[in-house]
Amino acid sequence: MKSIVAQGLVKTYRNGQVKALDGLNLDVEEGTVLGILGPNGAGKTTTVRILATLLQPDSGHATVGGIDVVKNPKAVREIIGLSGQYAAVDETLTGWDNLVMFGRLYHLSSKAAESRATELLEQFSLTESAKRPIKTYSGGMRRRLDLAASLIIRPKVLFLDEPTTGLDPRGRMEMWNVIEKLVKEGVTLLLTTQYLDEADQLADEIAVIDHGKVIARGTSDELKSEVGGERVEIVVAEADLIRTREVIDRVTGAKSNLDEGLRKLSAPVSNGGQSLIEVVRELDAANIHPLDIAMKRPSLDDVFMSLTGHAAEEAIAEETAIKKKRGAKK
Amino acid sequence: MMRAVSDALVITKRQLLQLTRVPEVLIFNTIQPVMFVLLFRYVFGGLGADIPGGYVQLLMPGIFVQTVTFTLAATAQGLAQDMEKGLIDRFRSLPIARSAVVMGRTLGDGLLNIVVLIVMGIAGYVVGWRPTSGAFKIFLGFLLLLFFGYALSWAGVFAGLISKDARVVANVSFLFTFPLTFLSNAFASTTSMPHALQYFAEWNPVSTMVAAVRQLYGFKNTFGATANSFPSQHPLTMSLVYMVVLMFIFIPLSVRRYNSAGNRK
Repeated sequence: MKSIVAQGLVKTYRNGQVKALDGLNLDVEEGTVLGILGPNGAGKTTTVRILATLLQPDSGHATVGGIDVVKNPKAVREIIGLSGQYAAVDETLTGWDNLVMFGRLYHLSSKAAESRATELLEQFSLTESAKRPIKTYSGGMRRRLDLAASLIIRPKVLFLDEPTTGLDPRGRMEMWNVIEKLVKEGVTLLLTTQYLDEADQLADEIAVIDHGKVIARGTSDELKSEVGGERVEIVVAEADLIRTREVIDRVTGAKSNLDEGLRKLSAPVSNGGQSLIEVVRELDAANIHPLDIAMKRPSLDDVFMSLTGHAAEEAIAEETAIKKKRGAKK
Repeated sequence: MMRAVSDALVITKRQLLQLTRVPEVLIFNTIQPVMFVLLFRYVFGGLGADIPGGYVQLLMPGIFVQTVTFTLAATAQGLAQDMEKGLIDRFRSLPIARSAVVMGRTLGDGLLNIVVLIVMGIAGYVVGWRPTSGAFKIFLGFLLLLFFGYALSWAGVFAGLISKDARVVANVSFLFTFPLTFLSNAFASTTSMPHALQYFAEWNPVSTMVAAVRQLYGFKNTFGATANSFPSQHPLTMSLVYMVVLMFIFIPLSVRRYNSAGNRK
C-alpha cells in the first residue's frame, strides 16, 4: 500500500513569480524510506510542507495514509510526525517540558504525556539533559529532541526535512543512528536532504528533484547505473597513453575518455571485475605498467551532475548567493 | 469545543512555565510599570495641587491603562518569536484546534496582566493612591482594565503573525502604542492640547478607558471633563464599544492568518 501519494503538485510564491513546485509526482510504499534529494530551492521543503498540511498546493492532489491533505488536514495531522528545518521546540523550556507539552497537545492525559516523555528522552539519550532548557543543548541534541517531539504519538508517516543540515559530523552520525533505528521499527519515512551520502545511507529509494520536479527516481544503485554503471580508470606514464588507449578501447569495446592533465584514461565496463582482469592482462601483455588502476562506481554526486547538468554544491552556492542578494535588498 | 479550550490552556500553561524558567521576564514586566508609577508620582506630583486627593488619584488609572495597552506589543513579540523559531509550524502540524495557539497566547498575556496590575496597585497604594468607590467598583475597574488589555492583545496577535521579525514588530508596536498612551488624558489634561490633538485625544480609546476607570475608582475625570464630545461624556460605553470592535475585527483575522501562516515565504 502507498503511504504517501502526490500527483501534479504545483505551488508558486509571490503571485506566481517563483515556481517552487512544477507538477511534482511521487509516492512512498508503506514502511519504506524515500529520500528526496535536491539542492536548496529545488522544492524539497515545499513538498514536505504540503504533505504535512502546513501549506496548500495551488493545484494537484496528495494523500498521506490514504487521507487527502487538503480536504482533511486534521485527520492527516493525527498520523504524521514532522521534524527538521521547519519544526521546532520552545527554547526557554526544558526538554521534558517540551515533550510533555506536545504530548498534551496530542491529547494524551498528563500521566501518559509524562511517561511518553520519559520514554523518548531515554530513547534519544537525553535523560541527563531532560531538566535543562533547550537553549543549553548542542545542535545535535536539539535535533534529537525535535525528532523526539515528532514521535510522541508513534506516527505512521514521518517527515524529516533536512534532519542533519547544519550539524557537525558527530551530530550527523548520531542522527543517522537514531533515524536508522526508527526505520527498522517500520515507520514510513520521507526524508529530504541536500547530502548525497545521507540519501545513500538512509533511503530505500531516492527521488532526485530539481526546479520543482522529480527528475529521476530509483534505488541508489539504479540511479548510479543509469549514469553509466562502473568505469575502469587507469593512470599511466605519458609515453604509454596512446598504446594504453588502444588496449582499453579494444577490451571494453567502448571509446575511452582521456584526461591528459592527469594522464588518466577511463572507460565504461559492463561486467565489472572480469573486465578489470582482462584489461590488466592485456596491459601486461603489451608491457605497459600502469601507475594506478581502479574500478569506479559513480557516486550520487555523479548522478546529480549528469541529471541536472550542475553539481549539487554548485546549485547550493548559487542559491546562497541569491539569498544574500535578497537579504541585501531588504 | 472543549478540545479547543483544553488545547488553548496547554499553550497558556506553556507561557506560565516560561515565566518560571525565565523569571526575568516577569520581573521586568512588573518593574517597568512600578518605575512609571514612582517617576510620575514624584516628578509631576506637584502639578495637581487643586485635584481632590492629589495628582496620584488621576495618575494611577492613567498608568494602569498605559500598562495594559503595552500588552499589544508583548503579544505581538511573543507570537512573532514563535513564528521565527518555527514553533508555529510545529503547532500547525498537530491535531489541535485552529484557535488554540492564539487563544492560549492571549489568555497567558491576560494572566500576566493580573499579576502586573496587583503589583502596581500595591505600589500605587504605597505612594498615596486611595480609591474611594468601594471594593466592588474597584474590582470592576480592574476587570475593565484586563478586558481592555485582552482586546488589544488580539491586535497584537495579528501584528505578530504578519511580521517577519520579532524585534521589529515589538518596536513597531511600541512606537504605535507609546504615543497613543500620551496623546490622551492619562497624564495631563487634554484641554490644554492644540485643537487637533485634543480632538484625537478625546476619541482615543486610552482616554475613554482612563476616564472610565477614574470614575469607577471614585474620582472625577478632571483631565478633559470639560469636553463635550460623546466619548468624553460616555467613557465607559465608548470603551466597551472599542473593545468589542477590536475583538470583532482581530479575532477572526488572527485565526485566519494563523491558519494560513505557512502559505507565505
